Amino acid sequence: MSYLEYQVKYVPSGFRKLMYLNWPVVFLITAVSGFGFLMLYSVAGGSMDPWVTAQSQRFGLGLVVMMVMALIPIWFWRNMALVAYVVALLLLVAVEFVGVERNGSQRWIDLGPMDLQPSELMKISLVMLLAAYYDWLPLNKVSKPLWIIIPLIFIAAPAYLVLSQPDLGTTILLVTGGGAIMFLAGVHWAYFATVIGAGIALVTAVFQSRGTAWQILKDYQYRRIDTFIDPTQDPLGAGYHITQAKIALGSGGWTGRGFMQGTQSRLNFLPEKHTDFIFTTLAEEFGFLGAFGLLILYALIIIFCVMSAVTNKDRFASLVTMGVAVTFFLFFAVNMAMVMGLAPVVGVPLPLVSYGGSAMLVLMVAFGLVQSAHVHKPR
Amino acid sequence: MRRGPKETAEGARRLSRRAVLLGTAQMGVVAILGGRMATMQVEQADEFRMLAEENRINLGLIPPARGLIYDINGVVLADNEQHYTITMTREGAGDVDEVLARLSRLVAIDPEQLEKAREELRVRSSFVPVTVAERVSWEDISRVTVNAPALPGVVAELGRSRHYPQGPDMAHVVGYVGPVSDYDLSRIEDQDPLLQIPRFQIGKTMVENNLEQDLRGSAGTKRVEVNAAGRVMRELDRVEGLPGSDVQLTVDARLQNYIQARLSGESAAAIVLDVTNGDIKGIGSAPSYDPNLFVQGISVALWDELNEREVDPKLHRRPLAAKTVQGTYPPGSTFKMVTALAALEDGVVNADETVRCVGHSDVFDVRFHCWKRSGHGNMNLNESLKQSCDVYYYDISQRVGIDKIAAMGRKLGLGERHDLPMSAVRSGLMPDKAWKREARGEDWRVGDTVNASIGQGYVATSPLQLAVMTARIATGNAVKPRLVKSIGGVEQPSGAGESLGLNENNLRRIRRAMFDVSNNSRGTAYRSRIAEERFKMAGKTGTSQVRAIVRDENGRVITRNEDLPWNARDHALYVAYAPADNPKYAVAVVVEHGGGGSVAAAPIARDVLLQALYEGTPPLEAYPAAVRGTIANQQRQMEAMLRDIQPGRDTDQA
Repeated sequence: MSYLEYQVKYVPSGFRKLMYLNWPVVFLITAVSGFGFLMLYSVAGGSMDPWVTAQSQRFGLGLVVMMVMALIPIWFWRNMALVAYVVALLLLVAVEFVGVERNGSQRWIDLGPMDLQPSELMKISLVMLLAAYYDWLPLNKVSKPLWIIIPLIFIAAPAYLVLSQPDLGTTILLVTGGGAIMFLAGVHWAYFATVIGAGIALVTAVFQSRGTAWQILKDYQYRRIDTFIDPTQDPLGAGYHITQAKIALGSGGWTGRGFMQGTQSRLNFLPEKHTDFIFTTLAEEFGFLGAFGLLILYALIIIFCVMSAVTNKDRFASLVTMGVAVTFFLFFAVNMAMVMGLAPVVGVPLPLVSYGGSAMLVLMVAFGLVQSAHVHKPR
Repeated sequence: MRRGPKETAEGARRLSRRAVLLGTAQMGVVAILGGRMATMQVEQADEFRMLAEENRINLGLIPPARGLIYDINGVVLADNEQHYTITMTREGAGDVDEVLARLSRLVAIDPEQLEKAREELRVRSSFVPVTVAERVSWEDISRVTVNAPALPGVVAELGRSRHYPQGPDMAHVVGYVGPVSDYDLSRIEDQDPLLQIPRFQIGKTMVENNLEQDLRGSAGTKRVEVNAAGRVMRELDRVEGLPGSDVQLTVDARLQNYIQARLSGESAAAIVLDVTNGDIKGIGSAPSYDPNLFVQGISVALWDELNEREVDPKLHRRPLAAKTVQGTYPPGSTFKMVTALAALEDGVVNADETVRCVGHSDVFDVRFHCWKRSGHGNMNLNESLKQSCDVYYYDISQRVGIDKIAAMGRKLGLGERHDLPMSAVRSGLMPDKAWKREARGEDWRVGDTVNASIGQGYVATSPLQLAVMTARIATGNAVKPRLVKSIGGVEQPSGAGESLGLNENNLRRIRRAMFDVSNNSRGTAYRSRIAEERFKMAGKTGTSQVRAIVRDENGRVITRNEDLPWNARDHALYVAYAPADNPKYAVAVVVEHGGGGSVAAAPIARDVLLQALYEGTPPLEAYPAAVRGTIANQQRQMEAMLRDIQPGRDTDQA
């Protein structure tokens, strides 16, 4: 059920489409990325290298990609959904065999000049496929068990592959994001109650399996969970990172310690300060005002996406927009909760701010879809 | 799949409803995140700020420079020498064993020290620098500096360590410092954080120990910013400590050098006191040791050697003991002045009345002998001191009684612990009736008085006390010994003392007799007189028994000292002052197991006095013509042992 089925009064064409972009989202994305450049400059000790230059170039590239995608009609992307998903799934399978291993997990495929992280591709492909699936599926079949199993398989296949890399953070994002789209598409409440019940059972199983031969997670993941429950158990070992992150965050106070004045980050007490823990540096140097400001920017992106989705009568466009919004939300919510000691350290970057090529480009592609949906919404 | 408008509208409505629901839920999570931020950054900010400050700021102590010790002429007795030390921190090194292995390939490190450092690195906090090698040469330091990248955590530091330029000469006065030990920490009630610095040097004995609080100074502090790895990023601020106060002693290093040289080979003590103000000009004890050996911690072998572990206890010469204050000896005949003065002051004895000496005196049924078995004949006070007749004192002491003799002894400084900044200063013993009842639970007997009258029996005195006694007789004043002239430029009170309130006529008779001991041809110390008219000496010999009668293998009593084993021979003593007509210096000499006081002790006292009076080697004319040949020979032999000590800077202006 698509765009052409509506009474279309006016369709922008050519470069006039640019006027119909969701400009608030563009500005918000740019503002958030600007925050990121500032923080990357700071954690590099006041230097453009090694991070700011590369990151800003990718952002520029990403902005162009987003614009180009926005110009392409949304139904094209719907038709591409299955292809994208299959390609991403195949790459995920390939990673199992030819992937590059770093820090104990096998996530990357070496493409010469840059490394490709297929799990990043999968995040967006899964959203697209599920949106297309529910766009295609008649409404009265949405809650039928047979038609529930199909999207579950769509979600479970990549989730299993990503979990085995292992990459707990992305797995959570895939499962939660996929579940969110199913919820949006109108799947009956009872299924979600069942899934939540099953989830609790799974968590129990995960903990019960610990130390046995069929242990589900790796030891380091168990230890991270332990230190989340009580980081003070081992303040110089496993809990060190989160303790230091909390100190950095808390010591920022109202207005922060000043740009490039954060002692926790400058003196290397913070781990991974240019990637997963970059928010702590921001919170330390710009204080509550800076940290809360960023949170507001993120929230506004979500709000504008939701508004766009709600006003869009096209089912695929609406579902994709919401799917991207949920994925984006999960990114920053999990990351912030993690560095604030509310969630286990699972290795989720702060979207648009953390240093990282694949993540930045995939996010821009995702927003390309959002823009395309917005531009081509039936008017 | 086609669907009707109704179904489409229904789907869109449901989607919108759930999108708004989901959006709201997301905003709820955002609110939780924001609330958490507010809690941490606004409410608990101070707490976290403090933790962050604790993270980054380390407080370091700056050890102050220890005060120097000078002699009376500004000659340095204890100095702070600069040297290089290699230190290492555990957190800096990471792999301690690997870094130590690399380091020991570059620099020769004593394996014992290496093991000690390894242990310390294990026990101490990871950021505390531990000394790995000390007194490292410049070449070694360069090699370490060049290889710094391969030696994380290793730092070459410019350190200070104590040095004693006078070597063994001053060991018994200045003492030495050493690294603070757990024993020290358990013993002293001192909260000074400096003591927590590993291997911080504190005074262990003598002046270094007794004036520790003045010499140490107070710690400075520096706050440094460190990064997560513990590396110091920058110094935030520093409060300089106060260097320790310099101390000037009354001792003259040149005279001290002479005394130590003159005493060498003997187990002996000699002390020179300025009678006008109590200043100790020389305070020598032989044998001695090199205090520099103790500064870095002495080896077990050397420690055993200094404690004479391998030596027959009978032959112990106790190099670690400062015999001037720590040794106590029966004063022998040098005590006779006390008995005589007590008798004269009491009035029971007239200086001119005579006592007949037949070589012995019977007290009830016990016979007490005079050293001269044939007897001295009729003795008055002057003759009895001059010839050191014992029987005269047996007689008068019974008339005066022990309590008055003991009171006089105490008046003259015997049995009293003189307050000097030295370690284990002994008070000796000036016995009386009350003491014996108290300490022994027995009544005092007349025989005890007779023994005490000639400085035997229970009487025990240190060379310092004998010198003080002599100075008090020479001046009639309560001279108090003084070792420290000034601390941090502040002059210490003089020891000149008030008048003792003794009858000047009585004192004059005693002094005259002491003059005759040395200058009358019948005096016991006549052979050791000073010929120079200006510097005539007044003195008294003493020979104190250390044993009961020893018999040889045939059962005959051995009387000649040379025939006795060393540890059974008599102690030789001599006390004197000079110039006789205008006293300047008092001297006391004790030669352990030296034999007769006139032979073994008097010549040393004479040489030391002349050295002090001439402020250097005296001319041969100062000696009687008969001994000039021997003295010239002696001076030649000693020349090699004397060092050229130049007066240093005037510390009063420092």
